[in-house]
Amino acid sequence: MNNFEFVKPSTVEEASAALQSEGAQALGGGQTLLPTMKQRLASPETLVSLTGVEGMVGVSASDGTVTVGGTTTHAQVAAEAASAYPALAALAGQIGDPAVRNRGTIGGSLANNDPAACYPSAALGSGASISTNKRNIAADDYFQGMFETALEEDEIITSVSFPVPEAASYQKFLQPASRFALTGVFVAKFPGGVRVAVTGASNNGVFRWTEAEEALSKEFRADALMDLRINHLNMISDLHGSQEYRAHLVGVMTRRAVESAS
Amino acid sequence: MTKVTMTINGKPRSGDAEGRTLLSSFLRDELGLTGTHVGCDTSQCGACVVHVNGKAVKSCTMFAAEADGAEVDTIEGQANADGSLNVIQQAFQDYHGLQCGFCTPGMVMSAAALLKENPIPSEAEIRHYLEGNICRCTGYHNIVRAILAASGQDVPAVAAE
Amino acid sequence: MPKDSGIGASPKRREDVRFLTGTGNYTDDINIHGQAYAWFIRSDAAHGKINNIDASAAEAMDGVLKVFTSADFAEAGGMPCGWQVTDRHGEAMQEPKHPILAEGKVRHVGDPIAVVVADTPDLARDAAEAVEIDIEELEAVMDMKAAVADGATKVHDDLTSNLCYDWGFVEENREAVDEAIKSAAHVTTLELVNNRLVANPMEPRVAVGDYNRANDEHTLYTTSQNPHVIRLLMGAFVLGIPEHKLRVVAPDVGGGFGAKIFHYAEEAFVTFAAKALNRPVKWTCSRSEAFISDAHGRDHVTKIELAMDENHKFTAIRTDTYANMGAYLSTFAPSVPTWLHGTLMAGNYTTPLIYVNVKAVFTNTVPVDAYRGAGRPEATFQLERVIDKAARELDIDPVELRRINFIQPDQFPYDTPVAVSYDTGNYQATMDKALEISGYADFEARRAESEARGKLRGIGVAHYIEACGIAPSNLVGQLGARAGLYESATVRVNATGSISVFTGSHSHGQGHETTFAQVVAEMIGVDASQIDIVHGDTSKVPMGMGTYGSRSIAVGGSAMVRATEKIINKAKKIAAHLMEASEADIELKDGQFSVAGTDKSVAWGDVTLAAYVPHNYPLEEIEPGLEESAFYDPANFTYPSGAYICEVEVDPETGEVDMLGFTAADDFGNVINPMIVEGQVHGGLAQGIGQAMMENCVYDENGQLLSGSFMDYTMPRADDMPMMNVDHSCQTPCTHNPLGVKGCGEAGAIGSPPAVVNAVIDALHRAGNKVEHIDMPVSPARVWKAMHG
Repeated sequence: MNNFEFVKPSTVEEASAALQSEGAQALGGGQTLLPTMKQRLASPETLVSLTGVEGMVGVSASDGTVTVGGTTTHAQVAAEAASAYPALAALAGQIGDPAVRNRGTIGGSLANNDPAACYPSAALGSGASISTNKRNIAADDYFQGMFETALEEDEIITSVSFPVPEAASYQKFLQPASRFALTGVFVAKFPGGVRVAVTGASNNGVFRWTEAEEALSKEFRADALMDLRINHLNMISDLHGSQEYRAHLVGVMTRRAVESAS
Repeated sequence: MTKVTMTINGKPRSGDAEGRTLLSSFLRDELGLTGTHVGCDTSQCGACVVHVNGKAVKSCTMFAAEADGAEVDTIEGQANADGSLNVIQQAFQDYHGLQCGFCTPGMVMSAAALLKENPIPSEAEIRHYLEGNICRCTGYHNIVRAILAASGQDVPAVAAE
Repeated sequence: MPKDSGIGASPKRREDVRFLTGTGNYTDDINIHGQAYAWFIRSDAAHGKINNIDASAAEAMDGVLKVFTSADFAEAGGMPCGWQVTDRHGEAMQEPKHPILAEGKVRHVGDPIAVVVADTPDLARDAAEAVEIDIEELEAVMDMKAAVADGATKVHDDLTSNLCYDWGFVEENREAVDEAIKSAAHVTTLELVNNRLVANPMEPRVAVGDYNRANDEHTLYTTSQNPHVIRLLMGAFVLGIPEHKLRVVAPDVGGGFGAKIFHYAEEAFVTFAAKALNRPVKWTCSRSEAFISDAHGRDHVTKIELAMDENHKFTAIRTDTYANMGAYLSTFAPSVPTWLHGTLMAGNYTTPLIYVNVKAVFTNTVPVDAYRGAGRPEATFQLERVIDKAARELDIDPVELRRINFIQPDQFPYDTPVAVSYDTGNYQATMDKALEISGYADFEARRAESEARGKLRGIGVAHYIEACGIAPSNLVGQLGARAGLYESATVRVNATGSISVFTGSHSHGQGHETTFAQVVAEMIGVDASQIDIVHGDTSKVPMGMGTYGSRSIAVGGSAMVRATEKIINKAKKIAAHLMEASEADIELKDGQFSVAGTDKSVAWGDVTLAAYVPHNYPLEEIEPGLEESAFYDPANFTYPSGAYICEVEVDPETGEVDMLGFTAADDFGNVINPMIVEGQVHGGLAQGIGQAMMENCVYDENGQLLSGSFMDYTMPRADDMPMMNVDHSCQTPCTHNPLGVKGCGEAGAIGSPPAVVNAVIDALHRAGNKVEHIDMPVSPARVWKAMHG
């Protein structure tokens, strides 16, 4: 990879300042960024490691909300959110593999917004609030298409707050090589309605399947989805599955998520 | 270049690293610890797994500078103090859990991490835990059996369905 | 009680200790003082004309030693091809030049254009970005059938077309086969693809070149399955270095599977550059680079027709295959779809008439060559798939259809109509064994249980034969091989009785250091710990053809047996002298020489010491010392065979296939180390199951590789694989080698793909979905599409 200056700030302010320099980029766990840099598809001049920044690690629960620090690893979420938000913990426990989960962070995943990543579906499906060093961003405003987010250059995800639903489930159909989601669906049932977020399937990245949300909000049963078909035209087509296949999987995974929601 | 210092297999070691120096390169090229292998460049194969502060990580997907000050354990430090194979290593030999040996250091380090978290894993749990370690030689059959044995469990010739 | 040492025992592997403690010595672990690093600049375009290469900026950078291009290799030869196929009209195949670095044109993504050598790997790659290369892209030749149509763009402008050869086998049978198919009671036809694969040994390739100015000696450290073959090819044909000035070392090698047989440009480059720069030069391949520079495997498009009479006896087979050669001919590429494929089309059956046509085609893709099984999986897959299809069409049990047509145990030796003669076998026995172990008779109960859970369960059967123990030199010479395929061994007994065995076979996971020692230990009766197996270094081992084609124990082991027999014969002469007895009365048992019918004996160590301290020694009769060599050239191939059965569950909602269990009943003849044999089968099965279920090397129509890393090329993982029931109790020993062994390395990869696909098709049929065929890999998306049209 191209060389860069490695800086390891200890406060959010220092990190934000470091990110204002030309060609600077934040480094979370690096589990996606490092392979990208090895291919020289990303060549930051300064890499600002966030793992040493104080106050950005951990999982806490209060008042029906689970808050996850921006540099909390997937392994920590899988372990520490298990009682407060089991569906979120289960999702975190399915990302990558054990070694990847020991390094990869929620902030890194959401900032990258890979169209096949798991976390965006949990954030969007839960209606999470993404807190940065500057503001709070609603998940509905945060995801802006494949690899696109509302984050500004020097903005750092400090924490993510997930409203805990009555019942939820994440169903992931593996892309067998990368172990990302070929299609993953996060279903969350709140008192005010149901949210359904789909990852892995669309050319626009994570999205809400609003027709399914309406049907499930009326009746939270898998059968309520039987007549629904999602349009395949904006789906991803690649060597692992066609647009039609992904559209079909969205339906299957959504039904399975409803059946297994707890 | 900056100086990076870590405790490797219980001994303080330091060496020079650029920003871009990966932990795997630091171990192999700077310190001569060539037991840690690199089998891919997309963080999939797991031949490079080491423990950093007690957690299994892929050393090819971490900068050496990020491990500055950390405790790092590698395959070279796994044998017993008298030089004999530890329980996991011995089980891999007893059950023919390796052939070419290239993925083996990562497999052993992942197995050690698994047994620390889950001392009596089922066959399915072992297979699931190894999803980040690719072996091209064994079909995993004897690796799974070796880990069952290392955890003190009975090892069937062929596991029940 | 099972033996704990010698032939038939399963001692723990001695090589394991170094691998388990991180003290193995793989090529990338070798660093030579002062070494520089090579970075290959490879083509991004599948096909293009190189207009200009400007390396001046890169060469001016600090730490850069030189940027090499094809101009630096004007004196060197091209990468040689080791096999010449003659086509069905008697013409030699078309053989394009394969330069070390691209000359004028690039012909596949990954084709090396230039090499930067610098003080560090990062500097070399940084400088590579400063090399300006102007390439004018040309149309990529991708589809094999289109490639051989009139007017197609040519991969090689100096060839007449993209057709490497049009091979017919056996050409004299062509019309008789056509006639038999025309007059058959039933003909089953199947069109299929044998998917392109990437071998992906876990250790990527590495090459380190070193040059000693004092004595003009070159050393190449390389990740090879056959260092002597590299020495021969690179020394004689590429760089013009005689053997005595070229040492090739293949130390611990992290898997091969065929991809490390071939001589690659990078090996020639580092050897050449080390002298040119007077610095050791190292190249370490990344995985992504391996995908575009290691030879690929398989990639056949086939139509097979199976003709039967009214009693369901096979009467004829006609098969037409398009075989992808890629952009250049890799070392053994032409032999794979021909002699390693056509000769296996009889399978285990008595089909009297067979005609095989293979059109080998150049395309703008990475060269294709042998990958575990090499040709034999392609033969087995089409045959065992078409038999399954025929059984469905005729509504008879697929096991029964095979039984009706099996060559019977009393028919051996059996001459097939495709030029090979099977020495031994018992296919009923392996089939019965597999049926028994797999619980075939109770399948219906398991299927019903799956159905109750909403899953479609299927069972698939395949029987395979392979020809391995490659190969009789006179025969392969007639077939176009440009080398002999014997093996050599030298057994050096030291004065105190310890033994060094130098073998031309190479171990890169197979455990030769353990198994070869078992054989010699048994023959002499000494402890295996006294025996060292030395391999992988041309300066130590006189000659060797290496390890591939499941040949190590059958050919290399036989050479070792012959050399050891010579040792024993000489040692008996010495023992006879020491005991003042007749040589004919000397017996060797458990390391003791005794005189038959007496209580006189001398120990192994006394005899070996006498050989080197010949104070009391038959000097008039024999020379001092105790070292013998043998070259063993096999009289025939060996023919392992076996029955494979697998059970799968298909999720009808997603098309996902769950591999529930796999049974293999193999006949490998005699087995030296059952533990290692079983391990070889496990690994072969994983690769065969991988091919059938998930692995797929895919290019787009512009020649861009879509599956160019482990992110898109699906490697089987632990949770994809079942536990495997592996049996080798059916043994019909090989009749023509001293150990009665057949070879086990490739079997699993040969027999398993059709078993898997047959099982998936079976599951769908039992559920009423009459899908005839799904091409590999039977991925969820493909199964779902097949089910839903």
